Amino acid sequence: MQERDLRDLIENVREGKLPRRSFIQQMVSLGLTAPMASMMLMHSGVAQAQVPSTYKPTKRGGGGALKVLWWQGATLLQPHFAAGTKDQEGSRIFYEPLAVWDNDGNLVPVLATEIPSRENGGLSADGKSVTWKLKKGVTWHDGQPFTADDCVFTADFARDPASAAVTSGVYKDVKVDKVDSHTIRVSFSKATPFWATAFVAAEGMIIPKHLFAPYIGGKSREAPNNLKPVGTGPYKFVEFKPGDIVRGEINNNYHMPNRPFFDSIEMKGGGDAASAARAVLQTGEYDYAWNLQVEDEVLKRMEAGGKGRVQIVSSGDIEFIQLNPTDPFTEVDGERSSMKTKHFAFTDPAVRQAMALLADRKSIQEFIYGRTGIATSNFLNNPPRFRSPNTSFEFNIDKANQILDGAGWKKGADGVREKGGKKMKFVYQTSVNGIRQKEQAIVKQACQKAGIELELKSVTAAVFFSSDVANPDTYGKFYCDMQMYTTTMTQPDAERFMDQYLTKEISAKANKWQGRNICRWSNDEYDKAFHAAEGELDPVKRAALFIRMNDMVIKDGVVLPLISRPRVRGSNLKLVTRLSGWDLDFAGLQDWYREV
Amino acid sequence: MGPYLLRRLAVALPSLLGISVVLFTILALAPGDPFEELATNPNVPAEVREMLRHKFGLDDPVYLRYFHWLVAMLHGDWGFSFISRVDVDTLIWQRVPVTLAVIGASQLLALAVALPVGVISARKPYSWFDRIASTLAFVGFSLPTFFTGLLLILLFSIKLDWLPFVYRADIAATGWQWWWEQIRQSIMPVMVLGLFQAASWTRYVRSSMLDVIRLDYVTTARSKGLAERVVILKHVVRNALIPVVTLVALTMPQVFGGAIVTEQIFRIPGIGSLLIDAILRNDTPVIMAVTFVFACLVIVFNLIADLLYGWLDPRISFR
Repeated sequence: MQERDLRDLIENVREGKLPRRSFIQQMVSLGLTAPMASMMLMHSGVAQAQVPSTYKPTKRGGGGALKVLWWQGATLLQPHFAAGTKDQEGSRIFYEPLAVWDNDGNLVPVLATEIPSRENGGLSADGKSVTWKLKKGVTWHDGQPFTADDCVFTADFARDPASAAVTSGVYKDVKVDKVDSHTIRVSFSKATPFWATAFVAAEGMIIPKHLFAPYIGGKSREAPNNLKPVGTGPYKFVEFKPGDIVRGEINNNYHMPNRPFFDSIEMKGGGDAASAARAVLQTGEYDYAWNLQVEDEVLKRMEAGGKGRVQIVSSGDIEFIQLNPTDPFTEVDGERSSMKTKHFAFTDPAVRQAMALLADRKSIQEFIYGRTGIATSNFLNNPPRFRSPNTSFEFNIDKANQILDGAGWKKGADGVREKGGKKMKFVYQTSVNGIRQKEQAIVKQACQKAGIELELKSVTAAVFFSSDVANPDTYGKFYCDMQMYTTTMTQPDAERFMDQYLTKEISAKANKWQGRNICRWSNDEYDKAFHAAEGELDPVKRAALFIRMNDMVIKDGVVLPLISRPRVRGSNLKLVTRLSGWDLDFAGLQDWYREV
Repeated sequence: MGPYLLRRLAVALPSLLGISVVLFTILALAPGDPFEELATNPNVPAEVREMLRHKFGLDDPVYLRYFHWLVAMLHGDWGFSFISRVDVDTLIWQRVPVTLAVIGASQLLALAVALPVGVISARKPYSWFDRIASTLAFVGFSLPTFFTGLLLILLFSIKLDWLPFVYRADIAATGWQWWWEQIRQSIMPVMVLGLFQAASWTRYVRSSMLDVIRLDYVTTARSKGLAERVVILKHVVRNALIPVVTLVALTMPQVFGGAIVTEQIFRIPGIGSLLIDAILRNDTPVIMAVTFVFACLVIVFNLIADLLYGWLDPRISFR
């Protein structure tokens, strides 16, 4: 899709011919994220949709206890030290950012009075600064007022390398200035098209200056408030046992009227996904459970009890297979899968094309994932009318056989194809996970029919996803022919997702295999397009560039997207939540209530 | 007994040291990284990960890390968890009450079941009671705890809806209400663990009793005209229990971390689940602290078992 087509679509939205939601869905189907699409519209002056509030309760409190199950329990409650989404969710009960992303990609203000835009003067014309106006009259849980000083401090805290904050990447290159007690200006060194990173969403939770100031830098781990959070959120801290339980009680001075509905919240950790599903869907002991990685037929059976339902929220996560263009079994200068080697089969485009035809996405969706996964190519979501003409997926064993025959890969006596004396026997690895092993079996079966033999290998998740330099089984090392895992698009901007395919990010011994380009794909045109997109201020041009980059990766065939994985949550039938696929589950926690 | 005790303690110290060295080396050699979750998070720059590793001393050579750990341990500092950023002893103390309550109760239940059943079975060997009890005992310790746990959950929580199956360590109630809630949620895990343990102990009690019942002095006691009850309870049981007591003493350390599977199924925040979480997340300080305490407990209880045995049975002498 060209830039001109994108601009036409935006015009249609402005004129009211195309509903805003359809535009966003179409952008998502092309590989962009809903927040990016929303930013495109904002930049072109299309006003954000005023989302009508569906919050019904008319007074604060009285709702009893909200009990939620996170089967990976939160282990700490400091958002800037969070080791994963579970810690961010635990922190989000107490802390808040200036704005959050809703499911349609709109920015919704929380601690800010309004979303900055060109019209209200929040966004500067040169794209180098954003001015946020903070809500007045907001207090921390201990009564102190929330002011711009807290925002400036949060940025300083995260930026300080001695604090070892995991959010430092967001605040490293921005300057935050206090304009007055309730206004801040975030400045970038160069024009930044996607400005909604600092103080937004999970990495934007603001911590109180008056409590953390003595602990900035090297003493950050000693702060007592790391374990006893004091925030501005709808619930005040009561108790925390790492890995087990987080408890909060209602904040009677919360800055939004009639909220929160519940008198207390309890977030229990431990156990596994299946028992969490049982506790919500079958026995009703808990109101909400996170991340139900359970086969869909099991979930359906549990829902039949009539106490709870499964909520599927679409997001950008995608399960995919990587084909190694380098040779994983030859060691060069102390490393395997080195860029100096070439894979005997996967450097042949015909082989890659054949492999793409052998992944039976439909079966994987139907028999393994059910509602919890959507077969895709290029992050493509059904329905077909949004299908990008650039890419598609197909499952055709005969065609694969033809292509391989045509490319000179003849079947040997044992049925395995070979060329130049090398047989098509590949090692296919992934993490230990019942669903993944089933996917591997499906792919292996199809490949067998095409004369390709796959050796299945599974590595325990804690090792597979680690960055341990000494271990040969990590996904970063890619010491095998093919591997499969889910890459998460947790940040709304696609730039930090697409840097996975840059030449300079190639994972190798030199950078201790920390590079993001694990599939070792290298393409000059891609690099050029990425650099152009980095500095491109016009979000429409930028989106067009990303779409082109996306298509380049998919067309080359080194990456085979399989299943787009929406978020699967379980909730009580009477619980009304506000879930977003582009932010934390608790992004809208203050709006949760129970129907009578 | 005095010099024996001192000698045993003197031997215990080097063995504990040796155990700690082996533990530490194995953990250092094990694959996995406490910060791997950060590795998959593209927002975390590599410098932050490096800084964290450096801060926690993960870049130092193994023997240096061991030395730091040893010195800290001697000062009473059990370490600092990488994952939770909390002192390890805080983590452990948070979980001790629940562990003692649930796992301790299950051991008591096991004892309360095994003793009477074992004694009665031995009194009338191969009778109906004995046969049924033995079969149930065999079934009991062949079925793994996760199976029986799930069975109980399916029956009592889902089908009958009588009992909650998620354990809550913080029930907001007082007095009788609190006890009632506590019993309701603890019954299933305690039954699962207790009956599993009781199964094997019943067999031990039974065979130990049978050994003693055949002896001459029991026949003498009977022929003296003593009531059967007195013969059994005063003479037989006391002597038969000697090996059983030592067996129970040896399984006591299990309270401290052996119920991992049950804790996972019922979401009990005990020390076993702390250990398994720490292992899966490569949180080395926590693993070291918990396994080291476990090793200490094993050595201590071994010593107690030996001493008890010597005290109960006057035929044993300490050399």
